[in-house]
Amino acid sequence: MTTEALLLAAPPITGIGHRIAPVVAILALLVAVWYAAAVWLNTPQVVDRFESDGKSWNARQLIEASWSMERPVLPAPHQIARNFFETVFETPVDNKRSLVYHAGVTVSATLLGFVFGTVLGVLLAVGIVHSPVLDRSLLPWIIASQTVPILAIAPMVVVVLGSLGFVGLFPKAVISMYLCFFPVTIGMVKGLRSPDPLQLDLMRSYSASRAQVLHKLRWPAATDFLFASLKVAIATSLVGAIVGELPTGAQAGLGARLLSGSYYGQTIQIWSALIMASIVGVVLVALVGVAERLVARHMGRSA
Amino acid sequence: MGNAPGAVAIEIRGLSLTFDTADAPVVALDDIDLTIRRGEFVSLIGPSGCGKTTLLRVIADLEAPSAGHVAVNGVSALTARLNRAYGYVFQAPALYAWRSVQRNVMLPLEIIGMPASERKSRAARYLSMVGLAGFERKFPWQLSGGMQQRVSIARALAFEPELLLMDEPFGALDEITRDHLNDQLLRLWEQTGKTVVFVTHSISEAVFLSNRIVVMSPRPGRILEIIGNDLPAGRRLDVRETTRFLDVAHRVRQALRSGHSYDD
Amino acid sequence: MRQGGLQLLALGLMTAGFVVPPMGGSWLARLLALLCAFVTLLGATLGLRRWDARAEGASDLIAVLVGAAVPLMLLEGPGPFGGAAPGLWLFLAGWVLLLWRMLSMFSRLPGGGAGALVAPALFGVALLYLWQVLVVGFAVPQVLLPAPSQVGHVLATQFDVFWLDFRQTFLKAVLAGYAIGCCAGFLVAVIADRVPFLGRGLLPLSGLASAVPIVGIAPILVMWFGFDWHSKAAVVVVVTFFPMLVNTLTGLAAADAMQRDLMHSYAASYAQTLVKLRLPAALPFVFNAMKINSTLALIAAIVAEFFGSPILGLGFRISAEVARLNVDVVWAVIAIAALAGSMFYGVIALVERAATFWHPSYRA
Repeated sequence: MTTEALLLAAPPITGIGHRIAPVVAILALLVAVWYAAAVWLNTPQVVDRFESDGKSWNARQLIEASWSMERPVLPAPHQIARNFFETVFETPVDNKRSLVYHAGVTVSATLLGFVFGTVLGVLLAVGIVHSPVLDRSLLPWIIASQTVPILAIAPMVVVVLGSLGFVGLFPKAVISMYLCFFPVTIGMVKGLRSPDPLQLDLMRSYSASRAQVLHKLRWPAATDFLFASLKVAIATSLVGAIVGELPTGAQAGLGARLLSGSYYGQTIQIWSALIMASIVGVVLVALVGVAERLVARHMGRSA
Repeated sequence: MGNAPGAVAIEIRGLSLTFDTADAPVVALDDIDLTIRRGEFVSLIGPSGCGKTTLLRVIADLEAPSAGHVAVNGVSALTARLNRAYGYVFQAPALYAWRSVQRNVMLPLEIIGMPASERKSRAARYLSMVGLAGFERKFPWQLSGGMQQRVSIARALAFEPELLLMDEPFGALDEITRDHLNDQLLRLWEQTGKTVVFVTHSISEAVFLSNRIVVMSPRPGRILEIIGNDLPAGRRLDVRETTRFLDVAHRVRQALRSGHSYDD
Repeated sequence: MRQGGLQLLALGLMTAGFVVPPMGGSWLARLLALLCAFVTLLGATLGLRRWDARAEGASDLIAVLVGAAVPLMLLEGPGPFGGAAPGLWLFLAGWVLLLWRMLSMFSRLPGGGAGALVAPALFGVALLYLWQVLVVGFAVPQVLLPAPSQVGHVLATQFDVFWLDFRQTFLKAVLAGYAIGCCAGFLVAVIADRVPFLGRGLLPLSGLASAVPIVGIAPILVMWFGFDWHSKAAVVVVVTFFPMLVNTLTGLAAADAMQRDLMHSYAASYAQTLVKLRLPAALPFVFNAMKINSTLALIAAIVAEFFGSPILGLGFRISAEVARLNVDVVWAVIAIAALAGSMFYGVIALVERAATFWHPSYRA
């Protein structure tokens, strides 16, 4: 009994090793499965090519070939890594083949739409919190609209604005704005209403005007909610910008890369663009997180 | 160890428990010796952090000791838990919100595999014993705090363990409800003759309910004194205004003071 | 007092509308419109007086409803009206102010149940009405913004086409993908709970995976599964898997320490604890994921269709008709998708209410 008790009372194995090991293990497993799947999915094409060339083949040649095809059904991880490396680091940034250039195009639309959407969302939220009419009439529609597939109207917005003469950055920014003002509105409404009723009563005892209450109490109380919504909004804004590049066959941007890759069967290009899109998404959300931490420090929340 | 009243229910020798925390090891319990006999009502009292809840949890095999020996009904705490030897009542009702009152009381009975008809009759019996007959179909959130705690006690009694471990069960309730429940608990104990280990930090509660009061010191948790309580059996709430009651309470307070419980 | 001022302004604008004679419409329509306008003015004037609140509200309501008929009647004739009928627009502006007054009155109705639906319903109907009047009145090109009546017409006449599209996208791709994705996410979460090593590895990776925009994996899956609905269902599976996984894992950890200690004190097995405590406690989180997934699934299926589809499907219909600039058809499809999405969400919300009636969020 005592030995068991001592074992149980031993310090638990926490720390970095404990947390990284499983992630690494699963990643390794994923990569292994990926290579195997690449062989499985690319084999038919490889066999066809060998036979049409009249060459004989063995298992080793088969595997090697399926991992180095030009237009594989499933590219091997090293192929994707190589393409990614080439288009990001070895191509000059202003070259149309540079993935960084395309990412930049998409990110500019994302950020513009994000800024517009945030401003719109905040204004709507302030209106809803201060006007019972907007609160009871408009808010239910805003909530209900989250169940509507907003991305579906992206093509329409692009084409309609295009027929009015707006091309390029603006329609994509409009789609992004439309997508991201919803989470900001909902989050800010919650945040502006989050102060404790006791604190609101205190303000009333000071005879504070509504603007003062907004500035001194509601707005600071809403920062948590604001940043949570901003993270969702910027990710959604990125998706909106990418989708906005699809309808008119845009020439630049990550969505355009995805589309052209899909038209011309350049699967490796699709995967590279996909990975770049994820990295961009993670970086953007992380930037919002950094901003959040700066604001929190300024507000005395953390050391 | 027989089943006769007076036989030893819980035997604790040299029990120590040290928690490894991020800053420094915390000695929660330091060399505890305690013997509890069948049918006794023992209170553990002391200031916050004196280890009384930890001691209760060790008996319940919810914590493992660093050193020492615990025997419940003659077997290890682990075996006693696997034999379902005790019912535990927490500080909060810990009822399942998605189950009705009746199904909450039937929860342990389901786990031990009792047939459905017997489960229902047991649940009905213990609910009426705590005065909640007729509330079977209600849900926990529809009841007051005191009523929820009573359901929790009925649940602990339902599978008829010999031992009842209660961790400040009435701490979250207002004084009037608390008095009422103290009275009910005492009557229940007199009726069923179970062994009860009761953690509290209310002196009057400890003196009212128990026949032995174990006073513990603040960290590290040690037993300062074990005070026998000779108040008459069958006592009711008005015994709290008698001089005998006040004498015992005074002794408890002295013990606490000697253990520096009142120091800043 | 502000309400009174609003009312006066409304009256003023509407009277000014009389000064400039409206153009267009047959003489009968004009006569009827004039009559209605008078009734409106009467109602609005009566509404100014501060007697019984209910009578005040009633007369204002009549004014609003009758007043709404006026522009509709006058807009029947050949247009364009635009700046040529300032009287009409002044009247309409006044009407809008009356409407606002109506809405603020309805907004003060006690909430809960049917009462809460009146204001948003009125707002929605008014929005549709204004859309119709403004689009017809200003002769907005159909390519830019079609009138609701046109969209309704398209919905009615091309119903059979839309039904097939709906079946392809929603009934096949969305429902199949949703069911598979949610079940898979749930099962993997339960397994990851049993094998904590797996959970610690999967959680950070799923965070990364959910950063991948769904629009990106669509072309890849179309390449693997072909053009038909199977590839769209596959996209839906991928999209719904991660929110369900993350939410279920969070939910399984939600049972609090006291309740778990209780199970421990009963010497309950892992399976008993899972079924009797942790799964019911996880249900609110599971339903949260199911609601999120219901909207994600529809979006995913529609967007996936932008990347390649047989000549069927809501997404396909949108991209095809957008290319032909049949914007009214596009709006009709969007209306269908919106309805489908809202009803899907609503059904899940109802099931959630039945299954998690005990959760504190229902006890406002």
